[in-house]
Amino acid sequence: MKSKSRLGDRVFSGLAKGSGSVILIALMAVAGFLMAQAWPALVADPAELPNATEGFLPYVIPFVFGTAFSALIALLLATPLAIGIGLFISHYAPRKLAQALGYIIDLLAAIPSVVFGLWGIQVLAPAVQPAYVWLSENLGFLPIFAGQVSGTGRTILTVSMVLAIMILPIMSAMAREVFLQTPKLHEEAALALGATKWEMIRMAVLPFGRPGLISAAMLGLGRALGETMAVAMVLSPAAVISFALLTSTNSNTIAANIALNFPEASGLGVNLLIASGLVLFAITLLVNMSARAIVNRRREFSGAN
Amino acid sequence: MIKNTSMKVAGLAIASVIALTGCAANEGNGSVDGLSGTLNGAGSSAMGSAQEAWIAAFQTANGAVTINYDPTGSGAGRESFISGAVNFAGSDSYLKDEELALTFAACAPGTTPFEVPVYISPIAVVFNVEGVTDLNLDAATIAGIFKGDITMWNDSAIEDLNPGAKLPAAAITAVHRSDDSGTTKNFSDYLSKTAESIWGTDVSDVFPYESGEGAKGTSGVIDAVKNGTNTIGYADASKAGDLSIAKLKVGEEFVELSNASAAAIVDASPAVEGRDASDLAIKIDRATTAAGAYPLVLVSYLIGCNEYADAEVGKLVKAYATYLVSEQGQADAAQFAGSAPLSATLTSKVAAVIAAIK
Repeated sequence: MKSKSRLGDRVFSGLAKGSGSVILIALMAVAGFLMAQAWPALVADPAELPNATEGFLPYVIPFVFGTAFSALIALLLATPLAIGIGLFISHYAPRKLAQALGYIIDLLAAIPSVVFGLWGIQVLAPAVQPAYVWLSENLGFLPIFAGQVSGTGRTILTVSMVLAIMILPIMSAMAREVFLQTPKLHEEAALALGATKWEMIRMAVLPFGRPGLISAAMLGLGRALGETMAVAMVLSPAAVISFALLTSTNSNTIAANIALNFPEASGLGVNLLIASGLVLFAITLLVNMSARAIVNRRREFSGAN
Repeated sequence: MIKNTSMKVAGLAIASVIALTGCAANEGNGSVDGLSGTLNGAGSSAMGSAQEAWIAAFQTANGAVTINYDPTGSGAGRESFISGAVNFAGSDSYLKDEELALTFAACAPGTTPFEVPVYISPIAVVFNVEGVTDLNLDAATIAGIFKGDITMWNDSAIEDLNPGAKLPAAAITAVHRSDDSGTTKNFSDYLSKTAESIWGTDVSDVFPYESGEGAKGTSGVIDAVKNGTNTIGYADASKAGDLSIAKLKVGEEFVELSNASAAAIVDASPAVEGRDASDLAIKIDRATTAAGAYPLVLVSYLIGCNEYADAEVGKLVKAYATYLVSEQGQADAAQFAGSAPLSATLTSKVAAVIAAIK
């Protein structure tokens, strides 16, 4: 029996297809805009590029480094915390407390980044500055803690802390969700074999949640890479590549550099900034795609399907 | 592409002018001297808060007039004005010679633009050092501090200028602007004119060295200096708040920042050569030895047409500019934006140019 196609079906399928293609069109439009606007800066004679007389690549590489460096430190700080929070909520906390904690963490996600920026300058930076002085006095032989400590505390480490707090909500929310989905049978089987709670988590929960954790980390990384306002406000930037965590001279990030210099840019300067935006676009695309690839590759082991 | 956007903006501006004049004509509400219409300006963000105060006061006095000022930055403002997208521009630097050679779309064919200083903002060297409230500095020392050559507060260069001051044996954190800024350009210009052997000749909106600490915007610099320890920075004097301000060495004495000393340097500086009578571009004499002149100032210009293609716009610009440089207008800017009012000599020159706008 051939089903008759009804008006409602056609309208709905049209709407669904339309919504699906809007995403593609938007992405293409952004990519097209970036490329069209970046092109003049990419082909221009370096001597004509404002602030980038050595050419586009030497100009953008320190910013690429800063972007990746600050985001990676943020990820390093946030991942263990997110796993801890997720486990606490899913397996340790009493139900009521877990719910309340979940809400509070979600609230963190609602704080605008400019507020994080203000908090970073006014509260966090002055608060951690004495700790930085201690670090440099006692661990100054390590290259990352070497150099003259910033008098204001507005360093890349402070920025990464702010970023870590900003990406914590999404990461811990995802961690909580994947941990909660661990099949009860796996957990009970582990316990029945005589595993302690920690051993059960290590044997059943964490392996099951690994792909979810990876995509949580990548989502967090994506947000940290693109975060603009908080970085622009908190960081004391310079166009250098520097691994030092405590000094005033820190590699700026691409997004913050655009935010800082766009208001006064004109002519080729605008194209130059947009070209650096194109680089950021490519990096985030790459991060997301590799996250997808990792998750897909490990899907069969996870037992999720 | 840029041109394209400007043209779109221009279209929008024209459309809104038509729409708003239409409105005003319909309502016919009482304007003070029959002025009505919309003016669009863009440019210097340093002048932004002064423009806000001016616009508020002018629109209150002339109910049928709407003025918009978009603080997009000096370069963008000049570009928009040249392309005809806005009716006037505010700019921290005067028109370049190559810009003057272009055709100004908003002006009547064959006429030139005018350019007058309307906003003088002294730049303060602010510092936050425990136990120190007075600090004397000369250009060479400031250059050394911000370049990173002088790293300690008890450096002999600073101690020699401040006999008796209790300067700590602590590292200096020198804070500069991390965003492009006319303030940086004027600061750099001052140092390159007065301490070239140390500072070099790189004068632009970007801070030229990698040393020291960057902060976003005037408020960012002020925050960094205030919240940090043993810090020093430069910022528009109006935002300095309760931070201590250093005195600058001019000639043999140390000059305190004040409205009078900021206006004095503008009077003591020569005009840019080879300009029309209606172009009052000033080459600030940073290396001045004139008594009581504070050479670290930012001068913002109002740029418009001597004769507008649209006479109605000309009338509006003339009325607005007349108010800007009036005693009241300068007092309003001083109150709300902390600028230094133009001196009487300069005001009379500027007023003559504005009186000729058509």
